[in-house]
Amino acid sequence: MNNFSYTQAGSAKEATGLLKDKPQAAYIAGGTTLLDLMKANLEEHPQLVDINTMPFKGIEQTKDGLRIGAMERMSDVGENKLVLEQYPAISESLLLAASPQLRNMASIGGNILQRTRCGYFRDPAFPCNKRVPGSGCPALEGDNHNLAVLGTSDSCIATAYPGDLSVALAALDAVLTLENQKGKQRQVPVTEFYLLPGKTPQKENVLEPGELIVAVTIPAAAHARRSTYFKVRERASYAYALASAAVGLDVQGGTIRAARVALGGVGTKPWRSPEAEKALVGQPATEATFRAAAAAALRGAQPRKENAFKVELAQNTLVQALMKVAG
Amino acid sequence: MDTAEPTFFDTNPKAGVVGQPLNRVDGRDKVTGKAKYSAEFNQLPGLVHAVLKTSDVAKGRITGFDTTAAMKQPGVLAILTHQNLPKLAKTPNDAEGKKAIGAPMGFMPLTTDQIHYAGQPVAIVVADTLERAQYAAALLKVQVAAEKPIASYEDPQAKLFDPTKVQDGKAPAHTVRGNAQAAFAAAPVQLTHKYTHAINHHNPMEPGATTAHWEAADRLTIYDATQGVTRTQKAVSTMLGLSAEQVRVVTKYLGGGFGCKGSSWPHTILTVQAAKAVGRPVKLSLTRPQMFTGMGHREDQTQTLKMGATRDGKLTALIHEKTSTTSPWDNYAESNSKIINMLYECQNFEASYQLARANVMTSTFTRAPGEAPGSFALECSLDDLAYQLGIDPLEIRLRNYAEKDPSTGKAWSSKSLKECYARGAELFGWSKRNPKAGATRDGRLLVGWGMATASYPVHNSQGTARARLYADGHAVVQSGATDLGTGTYTVMTQVAADALFLPVDKVRFELGDTKLPTAPNSGGSVAAGTVSSSVYMAAQDVWQKLIKVAVLDKKSPLYRAKAADVEVKQGRLQLKANPQKGEDFAAIMKRAEMADIEGNGQGRYGSGYEDAQAAANADPAKKDQAADHSMHSFGAHFCEVKVDPDLGTVRVTRWVSVHGAGRILNAKTARSQIIGGSIFGIGAALMEGTVRDQNYSRYTNASLADYHIPVNADIPEMTVEFIDEKDPYINAMGVKGIGEISMVGVSAAVANAVFHATGKRVRSLPITPDKVLATKPVQA
Repeated sequence: MNNFSYTQAGSAKEATGLLKDKPQAAYIAGGTTLLDLMKANLEEHPQLVDINTMPFKGIEQTKDGLRIGAMERMSDVGENKLVLEQYPAISESLLLAASPQLRNMASIGGNILQRTRCGYFRDPAFPCNKRVPGSGCPALEGDNHNLAVLGTSDSCIATAYPGDLSVALAALDAVLTLENQKGKQRQVPVTEFYLLPGKTPQKENVLEPGELIVAVTIPAAAHARRSTYFKVRERASYAYALASAAVGLDVQGGTIRAARVALGGVGTKPWRSPEAEKALVGQPATEATFRAAAAAALRGAQPRKENAFKVELAQNTLVQALMKVAG
Repeated sequence: MDTAEPTFFDTNPKAGVVGQPLNRVDGRDKVTGKAKYSAEFNQLPGLVHAVLKTSDVAKGRITGFDTTAAMKQPGVLAILTHQNLPKLAKTPNDAEGKKAIGAPMGFMPLTTDQIHYAGQPVAIVVADTLERAQYAAALLKVQVAAEKPIASYEDPQAKLFDPTKVQDGKAPAHTVRGNAQAAFAAAPVQLTHKYTHAINHHNPMEPGATTAHWEAADRLTIYDATQGVTRTQKAVSTMLGLSAEQVRVVTKYLGGGFGCKGSSWPHTILTVQAAKAVGRPVKLSLTRPQMFTGMGHREDQTQTLKMGATRDGKLTALIHEKTSTTSPWDNYAESNSKIINMLYECQNFEASYQLARANVMTSTFTRAPGEAPGSFALECSLDDLAYQLGIDPLEIRLRNYAEKDPSTGKAWSSKSLKECYARGAELFGWSKRNPKAGATRDGRLLVGWGMATASYPVHNSQGTARARLYADGHAVVQSGATDLGTGTYTVMTQVAADALFLPVDKVRFELGDTKLPTAPNSGGSVAAGTVSSSVYMAAQDVWQKLIKVAVLDKKSPLYRAKAADVEVKQGRLQLKANPQKGEDFAAIMKRAEMADIEGNGQGRYGSGYEDAQAAANADPAKKDQAADHSMHSFGAHFCEVKVDPDLGTVRVTRWVSVHGAGRILNAKTARSQIIGGSIFGIGAALMEGTVRDQNYSRYTNASLADYHIPVNADIPEMTVEFIDEKDPYINAMGVKGIGEISMVGVSAAVANAVFHATGKRVRSLPITPDKVLATKPVQA
């Protein structure tokens, strides 16, 4: 880990101002991701700007839906009554993640900016196009057991976001509020926030230098109330998903009126599946419908030697999640 | 064991505190942080910090170092490499040196420009603070001419060879008993199955850590995270060309070891050399990633087991072949075949090993080395045989029950396996088992029950202890043993208290220092038996010396009695023939104006396997007696799993282990140790595995986030019981040891339960969801 200076910012304006013209500086909130990356020499930041005192707080119902301040902690949001009752997939995605200690520290904004667990990214001794553009990707022919089958490229097959929350956010049409150095805010849907790796896997999202995540807003909807997050992993807790599914259904009289589907652990970004949703809407809420939707979701999969199992696993994961909310 | 010597069975026919579930005597110090581990001796004058720089590539040659940026950093004291590190008096780089040192690996980093494995130390950076040392190490540039490495025995470039001996020369690579090939060919039932085992790493909570302090130019104290202070003392003193007397090693507390701290690895001597170079005490802790390339591992391996049997399920032939990866220098393979040779009655046995050299460090003993993976193959195949013949898995084990040790023909010193089976089956409810696989459901989950046998040998060993009894009724008892965290402090306090007839709170037990009487390495389950016997014998020596004082004391009621006619009961010295005649030890000591009296004891152990190591360690005078019996612990595991048929996830939902392991010294710490070992086994069965990239020969999951070990949610309530077992042959205490057996058979019990649940036989550990999904059910 390199030497760095540490500054506590008093306001968003001060924070973004501190990062002006300093592309190598970074914000620090809970630190559960950033410090790991710095200790492993995966990221070097000469300056850290502490945003823990930012007023990006609150978990409240607004006219646009549920608004969560980016500085809320995972545990507080996951256990919030409103979230539990009206947006169960969000709550479940948070409480199935990490460990209680990490959830107590990690912020919502930081969670959204987690980086991949790909073993080649996490060890600077390996080449990695994400870490050192153009150096190569040993995962293509190497240990890709945990990596993506959807949205991959010849440059990168990492599940760039390895976590859970953004999968639920992607499913439920969440929108991020970002604030730049001029104090100007913009709204970006989570589905558009993350980028596919393509030839530039080092560019993982649309954040501009110095731009901050201020809040997340999730529209209220019948399918959000009837939503779930289902996670499959090799051990019962404290593990990243091999495959996960965030789903929401609005079922009336046995027919699916609205559907939201996103997959985790299998895409190079939180994988919203319009194909699966299309296969669900207007159909009876039966296992046959769910199987057809799951097949549609994985149709474009590009499995490799070690991760081919994820095609079947992700489909079965999605079916179980849909069965759960269909009741 | 000399039959003329007293035993605990004779002097303490009713144990006092021995066996009781005493709380850990060191528990309070541990939870309050008062217990000092090897990296916590921070008060040493001028202590500075060292960090290892390790190789990125697995094969190549160092062409140079760029130290400019690193040396410019404030606080940096030294950067030591093969170019500037003073030569050692002896290195393990040749066979003679390796043997003299007792090194686990025939290669010492920083003695050459050659790189043989990824993670090999190439430099040691010393600075005034840990953070400065870490950053300077990151800035240090190593120039390397890299070459394509060989990653494993599966590498197309790898060459398999017959090693003649394995386990570092301690076990033969070929064993033949009877005529297994002919018997297999003639067997009415033949099974041939291949089993693979992932690389496992020990991953103790406390990493490898050394603090080295040169108190004078020729006098050194090392605080080292080791399972044996004497072994570290021997290794370091030999490499430095010092007398063992000049090197003191201290290990007061250990945060787990599991085999990786059973030998002296390169970081220890490198820390010592760094301390010499900077003239200040130096501390070094391996990082978690360095723990994957710093202290050995369980090797990647494939076993093929051929099993011949009669139609009523009796074994007639066992042929075992193992192929595994080893380092460029050593012929290390854990000896899986030993347990296959002795666990069941079978007249014909054959075993052989093949190795391939690859660019990896040398593997080492890891949690029940040999027995754990060997029993996985044996117990799964036996399960297959049971299903194939329609015999209950427990019944088939009883049909093949070995009344004598099949590998030697010797009688068992004791064996309570039938009792373990019966009690385990009763606790588990085995009789209610549905014999059909894949036929029991809980909702949409498949439910399976499996079981397996456990066994572990009583390795030959010896140790010493000192007991000092004070006239005021206190005692200090010492032995240079190690407490891995499993309770050595506690159980030895209990043994000393009973042997000296004192309350436990009046006895202090000290360990973990080469200044104390020598004890064996804590490994291979030898510590409890050897050290407890040493402590017991030291107490007997105290009594014998005090008897001599009494019979020469005119004022003593025992004056002029023959020493042999005096016995000690509850601290009272009295005539055997007339117990009324005698007096309390304190009275004798006070009259003689003795503040204290000291005794020394030697404890010894029998032999489980007739192998070279056992013979080498045996006391020559006792070797024949030790060889009279085959000495093993036995046990049985019963497991319930629930498997999601669509997701392939396996969760263990019930667990019962019953063991017969001689005298149990503390019911609570013993239960904890069996639980811990069983959890290791569940980890190996379901999730543990280090992945080595086959192009780079470098691990891809060297962290505790990515190398999965079980968490609380993976483990159900565990039922553990012991069969009351009296073994008069093994040692003075009748203790067999339980560290290793707890894991043996566990992965098979889980795999057998998965088979019962799903009809799928997964022969590759760990049994992860992808393998469960990919495996086709066996057709009935």
